Amino acid sequence: MNNDVNDAHVSHDEHTDHGPPKGIKRWLFSTNHKDIGTMYLILSLVMFFVGGAMAMIIRSELAIPGLQFVHPEFFNQMTTMHALIMVFGAVMPAFVGLANWMIPLMIGAPDMALPRMNNWSFWILPVAFGLLASTLFMPGGAPAGGWTMYPPLVLQTGDAFPFLIFSVHLLGISSIMGAINIIVTVINMRAPDMSLLKMPMFVWTWLITAYLLLAVMPVFAGAVTMLLTDQFFGTSFFLAAGGGDPVMFQHIFWFFGHPEVYIMILPAFGVVSEIIPVFSRKPLFGHDSMVYAASCIAFLSFIVWAHHMFTVGMPLTGQLFFMFATMLIAVPTGVKIFNWVATMWRGSMTFETPMLFSLAFVFLFTIGGFSGLMLAIAPADVQYHDTYFVVAHFHYVLVPGSVFAIMAGVYFWLPKWTGHMYNEKLGKLHFWVSTIFVNITFFPMHFLGLAGMPRRIPDYSTQFADFNTIASVGAIGFGLSQLLFVGVLLTAKNGAKATTEVWDHPHGLEWTVPSPAPHHTFETPPKLSSADGLH
Amino acid sequence: MIRKSFLSALGLSLASTANADWALNMPKGITDLSLETYNLHMMVFWWCVAIGVVVFGVMIISLFKHRKSKGAESAKFSHSTTAEVIWTTIPVVILVLMAIPTAETMVKIEDSRNPDMSIVVTAYQWKWHYKYQDSGIEFYSSLARSSVEARRKESGIDPLEVENYLLEVDHPVVVPKGAKVRLLFTSNDVIHSWWMPDLSIKKDAIPGIVNEAWFVANEAGTYRGQCAELCGKDHGYMPIVVEVVEPAAYDAWVNSHDVEQEQ
Repeated sequence: MNNDVNDAHVSHDEHTDHGPPKGIKRWLFSTNHKDIGTMYLILSLVMFFVGGAMAMIIRSELAIPGLQFVHPEFFNQMTTMHALIMVFGAVMPAFVGLANWMIPLMIGAPDMALPRMNNWSFWILPVAFGLLASTLFMPGGAPAGGWTMYPPLVLQTGDAFPFLIFSVHLLGISSIMGAINIIVTVINMRAPDMSLLKMPMFVWTWLITAYLLLAVMPVFAGAVTMLLTDQFFGTSFFLAAGGGDPVMFQHIFWFFGHPEVYIMILPAFGVVSEIIPVFSRKPLFGHDSMVYAASCIAFLSFIVWAHHMFTVGMPLTGQLFFMFATMLIAVPTGVKIFNWVATMWRGSMTFETPMLFSLAFVFLFTIGGFSGLMLAIAPADVQYHDTYFVVAHFHYVLVPGSVFAIMAGVYFWLPKWTGHMYNEKLGKLHFWVSTIFVNITFFPMHFLGLAGMPRRIPDYSTQFADFNTIASVGAIGFGLSQLLFVGVLLTAKNGAKATTEVWDHPHGLEWTVPSPAPHHTFETPPKLSSADGLH
Repeated sequence: MIRKSFLSALGLSLASTANADWALNMPKGITDLSLETYNLHMMVFWWCVAIGVVVFGVMIISLFKHRKSKGAESAKFSHSTTAEVIWTTIPVVILVLMAIPTAETMVKIEDSRNPDMSIVVTAYQWKWHYKYQDSGIEFYSSLARSSVEARRKESGIDPLEVENYLLEVDHPVVVPKGAKVRLLFTSNDVIHSWWMPDLSIKKDAIPGIVNEAWFVANEAGTYRGQCAELCGKDHGYMPIVVEVVEPAAYDAWVNSHDVEQEQ
């Protein structure tokens, strides 16, 4: 099998005219999935630091009681922008970047199915974030009504309002195009003998994610468009004075918003499902049930949205339905976690940086899952809702959840991308300081929420002081330790040459192309050997 | 007897810890339903701990035993239908065990029939307005002056020196102990949320909509909460204070208000 592929490359390397154009044109006009993937990942890293800087402002202000650095208006702008940038700028583009790089390599396709659209869906993003960031300098400042944009509050936004709406539209267009591209690629361009159930888990979870994006992004666009017409064109979709209903926005928003949280976690499931088997030296346990579990989660994500709204005054039957449906999600999520543990069980484990991040993912995502189960219990949710308990919950699933999985993926595939092994010592240091500080930051927030501290407040009563100080110290530490990650990336070129396989007998087509992966791969479809399938 | 008094002393000391400023857990509150909510919270918490012990336990054993540096050879198995059926079924059973008592409590929470009195709570950016429907008493309730002065940036006042910083109001809500009080929530501008942890009530105050909640307070005292839904720049500065008093004291309070309003 390896020979077939390598032969294809040898013959390919003779076509020197296929090399990328030089300079800025290579990036601006790129239709190459690897270059576009790289651009997505770099954008995501930049946005991670921009959103991170905002988090540093938030945590600095909250370090001790009283207002020290910013005014409440600006504080609210920071919480709003931090969320928008981290969700749409850091996490989502990172997974799209990983998808761009890895899906064609994993399924044996020469590129994404729609390469020009791929270019467009990337280059929309800097424009969208330019629009969004420009609002920081506008009269009235950036949006401050929360990333959830609940009316009527969001309609009090100043000049930034239409910019917020249009940037969300652009982000949505980009996501929809990215999703279409991934679906078309996965459905049509797999290696001839790769049946759907033979696809690697990362491809599977992304296929499901792409359908989620396709289903909910238009809904989100519709919701914000209604906000726009309420503000400027005299409609009253959400305005009580004109016969509208402010709660309807929340229903529409969370019909998008809940699948959105799975959009941010399913690809993470895929990444760790690729990594854990390699470093356990054992096939992924229950590949097919992992696929069914991910599909179940995706389906359930459409019928649980109102668990974000247990305090808006829903009828009892509505509350019961959304509570039961939400609790059900624990079942397929449990299956995934049990399967990862079963994959490790009786393996032969080593603990390179990608594995360390994946293990921390399993531990800490599970803690986020536990608080998620607690949040499903409607009467208790009434107490947790809009407190730091919720902040702790979603940061546990998003930071040591999604972000750790992204980092695990970057460490895992970086040698394939650059052709060099990264600095393992630096990588492990990055892992340990990140893991320690992430817990110092977010664990105390559970206590703060239970003790009664609401979220999105710039100042708090003095009994919350101690845990806030601890969380702030953790946050600054976590922020600084991400500079180590940049260090790892910048020094990657100095590392030892990576082999084709990179790791110890990994399975999958991506490990059959040379490291670094040539600009064009799989121009003739590869044949799957039994070693490359997952079974 | 001695034992009983020892236990009650222990109970007292625990209770005083629970009332201390520094808290780790959800308050048990002062209503039957807030206690039930607390118990549900603890029930799910202990289930999570139990599941966590099993899952993390197996994982940690595996992490130490099944490592290559200890010469572990990897097994080749990749599925087991039996195992998968077991770990799909057991969670379903646990969820059903959680869902039944929770649903029972929810039915009780929604039963707001036959209240003894009703208070209309109207939210404003950034204060609360209370109107007692039976006695006609009404007033605005805003952040207390001491906090207003200390909250400004560079106010020069140390918040630690301010009693009940950001949790004190000028006019608290006064309610009688033991009465079924119905609260009706609405808003004059944006969405707010009236949260009183010790009553286990958090209900959104939404323009154009009237929401309701109810409680029967079992203990007299002063209880504090805050707005829980982001409502603009002073979202963090619209606290809620409820004073639960003996019925006689409540009547006196109502009468004193009547006098005040006549004057």
